[in-house]
Amino acid sequence: MAIKRLLINKMGLIGALIILAIVLTAIFAPLIATHEPLKIDMLHQVELPSDQFWFGTDEYGRDIYSRVIYGSRITLYISILSVAVATLFGVLIGAVSGYFGGWIDTIVMRLMDAVMSFPAILLAIGIMAVLGGNLNNVVIALGFVYIPRFARIVRGSVLSLKGKEFVEAALATGKGDFYIIFRHILPNCMAPLIVQITASLAYAILAESALSFLGLGAPPPAPSWGNILSDARNFMLDNVWMTVFPGIAITLTVLGFNLLGDALRDVLDPRLR
Amino acid sequence: MNPMPQILEIEDLQTHFYTRQGIAKAVCGVSFHVSEGEILGVVGESGSGKSVTALSILRLVPFPGKIVSGEIRLKGQNLFDLTPSDMRQIRGDRISMIFQEPMISLNPAFTIGDQLIEALRVHRKISRREARDRAVEMLGQVDISNPEMRLEDYPHQLSGGMRQRVMIAEALLLNPNVLLADEPTTALDVTVQAQVLDVMYRLTQDMGTAIVLITHNLGLVAESADRVVVMYAGRVVEEGTVTDIFQDALHPYTQGLLKSIPIPGHSLGRQREELYEMKGMIPSLQRLPEGCSFHPRCSFVKEICSQTPPPRKEMGPMHFTQCWLYS
Repeated sequence: MAIKRLLINKMGLIGALIILAIVLTAIFAPLIATHEPLKIDMLHQVELPSDQFWFGTDEYGRDIYSRVIYGSRITLYISILSVAVATLFGVLIGAVSGYFGGWIDTIVMRLMDAVMSFPAILLAIGIMAVLGGNLNNVVIALGFVYIPRFARIVRGSVLSLKGKEFVEAALATGKGDFYIIFRHILPNCMAPLIVQITASLAYAILAESALSFLGLGAPPPAPSWGNILSDARNFMLDNVWMTVFPGIAITLTVLGFNLLGDALRDVLDPRLR
Repeated sequence: MNPMPQILEIEDLQTHFYTRQGIAKAVCGVSFHVSEGEILGVVGESGSGKSVTALSILRLVPFPGKIVSGEIRLKGQNLFDLTPSDMRQIRGDRISMIFQEPMISLNPAFTIGDQLIEALRVHRKISRREARDRAVEMLGQVDISNPEMRLEDYPHQLSGGMRQRVMIAEALLLNPNVLLADEPTTALDVTVQAQVLDVMYRLTQDMGTAIVLITHNLGLVAESADRVVVMYAGRVVEEGTVTDIFQDALHPYTQGLLKSIPIPGHSLGRQREELYEMKGMIPSLQRLPEGCSFHPRCSFVKEICSQTPPPRKEMGPMHFTQCWLYS
């Protein structure tokens, strides 16, 4: 029923279609791309869009269209995995902290505040500098940076839910604390959580692009959208198309996740259920 | 009335709340017992410690509350000696509880079927299939039509009365010895109240479950309880059979409560008579008056009342009160 209501919502439908298109692109990248994304072709350096190279080529003659197509894989890999890491740890930390309260809550939440007090991208840059440039390290860095957002949201929901009578009733029927957290409380936190997940996916894509742009993301030959932009930076005045297409890809994906998130917030509002 | 074996005994229970403003003695020295299959009414104003007593029985007093001393025995076994996991075995199985607000006592995220099945499977090693059959049977017993279909409903699809009956079904799934009913009908329409109570009484009678009926509604108690405990400011001020309490109330507080019941049609026809109002308020639990807690509001106050708390005195068979008037 929730899915049906999501698809009736126009913005939600558009968002879902955009995300679906990008996911399909990532899965079928070899079929959609026209060239090898890493193949260097010195005869066609920095070309404008043409029949042969739909989005033009970069300074090594690589086909930007194919690189953008393959880039969707890296982008989705990093954004989904990093948000999954953040969700897993954030939910656990937030739920335990909110449910048990007391000194556990105080200590954990001050730690989360400490992490949050750094600008996210700065902290990610710091972590990347320590861990070294590698796709999975980007996942770890971004995942870590986003943990507090999830912890805070879940803690807030748990705090408001644990005073509810159904939790008291569950205690009165002899259920244990962790059983109550996972079976009774967390399912009621899903609405804000799902919205936060979609919003974070959008942030993670932007952050990954920013990291790649600064040379701290996916290591260079890899066609991440940030890398493509970064490579294009020096040629922006001669061939503006080099920056436009990866930029559009990033914008579209972020837009898709944001639209989907907004629609989900409306659809999952328990008052409308 | 034949004295039945006592199933639940509460002795000198003290539950205090350690707040920033000081120690609130929500329950200070409560003793009473419940016999097998009987209905015990616990009455008192808001803040008299009725609900905290019930939560103490389950050892679920919320922070910053703490059970300070006393004993609560279920079939002779002191519940305060049990480990937390043994205590969990008792909750919902031997002693279960229903709450005031059926609207929010069921988890909104699950169907009522899931909740009933889960409640069974927490305590009994049975298959989902068997649990489901038992849930259907139980829903039928609380007069829910089409129980098979209702199992798939979410709480918000049910009316208040139905939800409270589902709660009763859940509480009685495992044939508990004692059912703690904390204001079970206060949140319901008057017309639905009778229906819900009827279901509750019928089922517990069949199972031999004792009910501790916590309420401020004296009418409810007069109609259904066997014995009554009257609480004031964390103490039991009077205890007796329904007849004792309603025909022969001894404690000035009980007398005041009885006089405060509006009688429908009373002011019609006859000369308009004003409803009795007990003067004063229930005292702050952090600053209970010396001596008898009720003395500042009592019209029979004597000098000793403000100095020493009155002892418990037996005034007749099973009729006890704590008041200096009788000592």
